[in-house]
Amino acid sequence: MQNNIKSNMNLPIASHLKEDGTPWTIKEKIFLGLKPSEYISHMLKNPVNWGLFLIFAIGLPLIAQRYLMGLGSVTYASDDYPWGLFLGFGLFGMVPLSASGFMLGTSVEVFGAKDFKPIERLALLNGLLGYLFAVIYLMVDLGMPWRIYYPMIISFGPAAVLFLVAWHVSTYLSVQIAEVSPAFFEWIGWQPGKKFIKSIILGLTIAGIILSTLHQGALGALFNYAPGKVHPLWYSGFLWFIFFCSSIPAGLSMVIAVSAICIKFMKWRCDKNFLDNIDDLTLGIAKGCALGLITYLALKMISVAHDNEWAYLLTGWGQYFLFEILVTIIIPLVLYTVAIRNRNAGLARFTAFLTVIGIVFNRLNTSYIAFNWQIFQEIPHWKEVIITITIFAIYFVTYRFILYRLPILYTWKNN
Amino acid sequence: MQNIQRRTLLKTGLAGAISGLLMPNHSKAATFDGYTESMGVLVDLSRCVGCRSCEAACNKEQGLPAPDKPFDDMSVMKELHHGQKRRPDESHYTVVNQYDVKGIDHPLFRKIQCNHCNEPACLTSCFVNAYTKTPEGAVIYNPDVCVGCRTCMVACPFNIPAFKYSSAFSPRIMKCIFCYDTRLKAGKPPACVEACPNEVMIFGKRADLIKLGWERIKTNPGKYVNHLYGEKEAGGTAWMYLSGVPFEEYGFNTHLPKEPILNYVKDFLAAVPMVLTIWPALFTGFHLLATRKDKAKEEKNGGE
Repeated sequence: MQNNIKSNMNLPIASHLKEDGTPWTIKEKIFLGLKPSEYISHMLKNPVNWGLFLIFAIGLPLIAQRYLMGLGSVTYASDDYPWGLFLGFGLFGMVPLSASGFMLGTSVEVFGAKDFKPIERLALLNGLLGYLFAVIYLMVDLGMPWRIYYPMIISFGPAAVLFLVAWHVSTYLSVQIAEVSPAFFEWIGWQPGKKFIKSIILGLTIAGIILSTLHQGALGALFNYAPGKVHPLWYSGFLWFIFFCSSIPAGLSMVIAVSAICIKFMKWRCDKNFLDNIDDLTLGIAKGCALGLITYLALKMISVAHDNEWAYLLTGWGQYFLFEILVTIIIPLVLYTVAIRNRNAGLARFTAFLTVIGIVFNRLNTSYIAFNWQIFQEIPHWKEVIITITIFAIYFVTYRFILYRLPILYTWKNN
Repeated sequence: MQNIQRRTLLKTGLAGAISGLLMPNHSKAATFDGYTESMGVLVDLSRCVGCRSCEAACNKEQGLPAPDKPFDDMSVMKELHHGQKRRPDESHYTVVNQYDVKGIDHPLFRKIQCNHCNEPACLTSCFVNAYTKTPEGAVIYNPDVCVGCRTCMVACPFNIPAFKYSSAFSPRIMKCIFCYDTRLKAGKPPACVEACPNEVMIFGKRADLIKLGWERIKTNPGKYVNHLYGEKEAGGTAWMYLSGVPFEEYGFNTHLPKEPILNYVKDFLAAVPMVLTIWPALFTGFHLLATRKDKAKEEKNGGE
């Protein structure tokens, strides 16, 4: 892409008109202003795409197998581990990483921190796609995905935690579509839509905070249904609050991590405003991460003290627990602090990746590894692993497709 | 399947909401004692000889698929999967396992099936209300509304519900329903109880069975451990057990809470209305506070 941009004054597309004043068509916008043949030859040149093709070649048939022959054909069909990787990673992992939308939305729209504006849209998009794909993972895992709307209109179990999750995630998904839509309206050139969203943005953002607080927490509360099954060190009476608090550094670190990938591999798509500010923004968000992490650490310690579980720390599970705390909370906390003090954005970016992996690690530990700790530990079926990776690859492609086109990393001109 | 029309649904939903608001009937839940007339089964584990007649009867009554090994093959009772003995699964609503206990010269046997809790975790965790606790005591399941999320399997403290993973187009939860449709509704004991040649299980009103259980413990000193398993576990279950050896020896989970599993999520459920009502005003307030300097500046500039 870099070479095309050097040779063509019009690229990358950032306004409705070409240099000579003629408007771009939607088709041209979709092909990034390249001829379809150029676009395809570009696609084939990129080694990342070959990796993706390979994943899809193996993974898509396995997804088809799951739908045609049942969950039992791609997993170990365990009655003791009803929730495997699809939910352990896809739902319990992806949702906290998507807390970025409501965090940055709140900072900018509610607290008026306008200096975070350049990265707000990336945070919102990250939230939207994270939730969307959490739901897609859910659609793979549900026994009867075609009944996904049942808790909305067919049969209600309003006292169940999952009822709240279903309603909140679906409502919040709509809120996030609305929050991200101005970027789409700019891109297709439909001003009224953008104006309308602007008029209700405060309401949307506050709705986002409510829905996020509750459903991030609700995912933790789901494990309160299994007090004897989750290892006491990962279980807590206020697991919902631990899940909510840890989603804050998770979501914020995810934006830093994604922005790091963007400025490294998608620099052509970022505008000057984004590139000039990204180091300051990264360090600003890193402060939020550090505060979130120290709260999370305190909560973890209180949960051990509250149920008097110190003796467990001396067991093998205890060492594994301490390893998790050290690598996923204490080390990131120290690194973030060093990065902020020395204004080292590079270190903050590295720490963000560590934190993202750390939170996913925690969710997998709670939902899978420390689950059934008194029975046996299951290793997922290889097909389950491949399907999980394949859906993540679809997530990656979707994310990249949108970032290449919509004004997320750049500002739309002459609007 | 029930045919639900949107219009009727909206109508009844609206009517329900209004009546809920107007009628002071909230004290009903607070004073509900459970179904006092509900039925149960008392299992005297010391009498079980592991003949698997109950498994065969259940298989026939519930129309479950034919087993891989016949019901007179006793080797299955020692089978281990992941180091675990057999559990109910998609083709077995009940299983009998063998336990060899040190110091006892003969093997012991335990029948596993749904215990039909008074306040079932499967029911309270289900977001489409697929489970029902009937006044007769059975916990039954409605496959027509189930979405297949499998939260009930996570929630069940006894690891009973199983999922029909083998089916792509009509999977469902498979679990013992106390022979509700075919027997319990008519006041008859479930098929397994009737099939038992050794009178291991007694069918009766749960309240009477508790008395009977404790009477047996008292009148046979030394024969039973001093514990009626299921009387209090997870809030109490319709199926209760007497044993001659500590229940752990049979693989029973003796660390279960005495209160229903639902109590563990109440803390979270109590926080929901607070977040829903306090957050909007709180964050609007924050917004007004955080932006008041900008607002003041704007007004000043506008005035000049």
